[in-house]
Amino acid sequence: MTETQKVLVPRPTALEFFDGPVTDASLRRYLEGIPGVDAVGLEQRAAGLGTRSIKTTSKKRALDTIISLIDLTTLEGADTPGKVRSLVAKAITPDASDQSTPRVAAVCVYGDMVPYAVEALGVHHARGTDSGIQVAAVATAFPSGRASLAVKLSDTADAVDAGADEIDMVIDRGAFLSGRYGQVFDEIVAVKEACRRSDGSYAHLKVILETGELNTYDNIRRASWLAIVAGGDFIKTSTGKVAPAATLPVTLLMLEVVRDWHRLTGEKIGVKPAGGIRTSKDAIKYLVTVAETVGEDWLQPDLFRFGASSLLNDVLLQRQKMTTGHYSGADYVTID
Amino acid sequence: MSFLDYAPAPESTAILTLRSDYGLFIDGEFVDGHGTPFSTISPATEKTIATIASANDEDVDRAVAAARRAYDKTWSRMSGSDRGKYLFRIARLVQERARELAVAESLDNGKPIKESRDVDVPLVAAWFFYYAGWADKLDYAGAGANPAALGVAGQIIPWNFPLLMLAWKIAPALAAGNTVVLKPAETTPLTALLFAEILQQADLPAGVVNIVTGAGATGSALVNHPGVDKIAFTGSTNVGRGIAKAIAGTDKRVTLELGGKAANIVFDDAPIDQAIEGIVNGIFFNQGHVCCAGSRLLVQESIHDEVVDRLKERLSTLRLGDPLDKNTDIGAVNSAAQLERIKTLSDIGESEGADRWSADCVLPSEGFWFPPTIFTNVSTSHRIARDEVFGPVLSVLTFRTPAEAIAKANNTPYGLSAGIWSDKGSRILAVADKLRAGVIWANTFNRFDPASPFGGYKESGYGREGGRHGLAGYLKPAGSLRSVTASPAADATDSAITTTKEAAK
Repeated sequence: MTETQKVLVPRPTALEFFDGPVTDASLRRYLEGIPGVDAVGLEQRAAGLGTRSIKTTSKKRALDTIISLIDLTTLEGADTPGKVRSLVAKAITPDASDQSTPRVAAVCVYGDMVPYAVEALGVHHARGTDSGIQVAAVATAFPSGRASLAVKLSDTADAVDAGADEIDMVIDRGAFLSGRYGQVFDEIVAVKEACRRSDGSYAHLKVILETGELNTYDNIRRASWLAIVAGGDFIKTSTGKVAPAATLPVTLLMLEVVRDWHRLTGEKIGVKPAGGIRTSKDAIKYLVTVAETVGEDWLQPDLFRFGASSLLNDVLLQRQKMTTGHYSGADYVTID
Repeated sequence: MSFLDYAPAPESTAILTLRSDYGLFIDGEFVDGHGTPFSTISPATEKTIATIASANDEDVDRAVAAARRAYDKTWSRMSGSDRGKYLFRIARLVQERARELAVAESLDNGKPIKESRDVDVPLVAAWFFYYAGWADKLDYAGAGANPAALGVAGQIIPWNFPLLMLAWKIAPALAAGNTVVLKPAETTPLTALLFAEILQQADLPAGVVNIVTGAGATGSALVNHPGVDKIAFTGSTNVGRGIAKAIAGTDKRVTLELGGKAANIVFDDAPIDQAIEGIVNGIFFNQGHVCCAGSRLLVQESIHDEVVDRLKERLSTLRLGDPLDKNTDIGAVNSAAQLERIKTLSDIGESEGADRWSADCVLPSEGFWFPPTIFTNVSTSHRIARDEVFGPVLSVLTFRTPAEAIAKANNTPYGLSAGIWSDKGSRILAVADKLRAGVIWANTFNRFDPASPFGGYKESGYGREGGRHGLAGYLKPAGSLRSVTASPAADATDSAITTTKEAAK
């Protein structure tokens, strides 16, 4: 049982919450000591936030904010360099008919597609800065996470070497559900280290919890704390490959954890709902939930993202409607 | 400009077609009243909405006579399934005109449109649907086989949930076969009068429901009218006490649903974020104008500071303002008089030594407004921990053990409702078992359902409304007929048959 005695190294600000060294056992005590979540109450609160009525000038601003927070995503077995170039072009010019349209935050692709995304972005690539479009790569045997740690780490390092600014990793849900929190923790710490570039800077790490497989809100809350304590920069709901993907109650719950972490340490952790958000109407509910839970400081690409592909076109149609006063149709926005 | 400065999203009043003045609804028609008419105003703007007739003693007499005629000639002879059809029809019409009713309710009462739209009006429809289903199943209502209606019910309702309280009163009374004379509150008569139009639309036989508007004198005339068989009252304990005195010695039955000072008990293992929402919903729902409001927060001492901090943070996000704006969380206080009471009791709280904190929100210059307010360092002996404020004012007290929580929760002359927040099911059941309150919510607050009985202990009143129990207040057992008709020698089977025949006549 030497494994449980192993000392784990969390993010520095997390150390003070553990009485002594962080071990599998102390991690378990900590996570299981977090107050529970009442499912009915959580869903009621999310539904309440969903009834906010965002009209006229507020709606216009909300639509632009949504676009600037999108991780425009293609994660298919059939992805090709051509498909990625097309996605990048859409990221740079979301609406060819309106140059005032903001750009999306990032493009999100599989690791082997990173070089094509970087090349296609050219001068628009952020390259570790805040301006420009980021390249996010899914890694660590996405979406299942069923591979050895060595494979996961080299998957990550490859993507970072190829120029990825952000890594979207998956946690080992099997380990989490069987109570091996230390293993999940260790992997996040190791992947974070694999995000380190040769110049000593780090690619941003988004930790995908795959909430649809964790099943209970109590699990999701524990996994959120775990991912933050281990050093994740963002916590992300889903891969988009498992149903249910992002839901408003789950996102609200994760935002509450982020708010509590900020209250404890002053650190700001990002949240990314991904999968299943297809309409402007839904996306606006998320903006409201963010602003009324953690505050509107979080409505910036460093702290909130939508993982989505079809959402962008719905937002563009709504935006065109607000500008021209009439609805157009699917053929007035580009398919990607 | 901040994202949180949501652009105005007011619900349009264009859907309402209001008359400039409203008469009394007696015998199926609007008729003039003979008291001095009064205005109903919007508490958010103090602007007059309409002039309302006032019923004097003769008007009340006419209404009771109409209800008696309708009872004798129509309603008591109608089969339960036919009465049910009318109730179903009313329920559907409420749904069809839901938006209109919600706008009228928010305009007249001051409550946020999101509450009238999402809570009040849907519950009104639910209440009529629920009791419509009971109308032909009264044999199973718990009063024995073939129970009888009481006759004419006089019903007096408050201003905090005008239309919902109307539904709580009228739906079970009609389902059980009674006819009704209802008096809405003086400050909120509007939706009851729109409801009268719905009754006309539903073709309800004339006189089955009569609505007499007016102030205390109208209510008193109704309570003291000899032709009334039953009084159902929801309102203050003081008035309720007066009603109990007035009908003492008569054979009128009575149901009283009065004040409350509910404890909302938060244990240290509570689901904290949901508990905060529940506390907010418990006391700031409907500006705290709720008889079952969770106005005394009993929080375990070990988590007191954290709960208060989180609560203050949450209250700072509440939006106070135009009740018709769809994003408003806190609307207007219903009347100048109520605002005065809230202010007075809050000032007393401060002078008795409790710490007052109010959310930093801009109050409109017109209308009646009070910001969400918390008192900490409150002791059980303070008046704000004893008296019903009936406003957006929360008193925070602490406890150390479950036994102390129970003792403090029960240490009140009232006993309408209570809340318990804990992740531990066994503790919830053990504590609920010892609380002397009619309704106990676990890990939620202020939830209502037509199938669930509602009512109080001690000074919170007697009788139950809602559910099967709610029918009991409007029925008498067939046995009360039997005592008159059956001969002492007849066996039980014979007398039951006699009774059935008697009732069929």
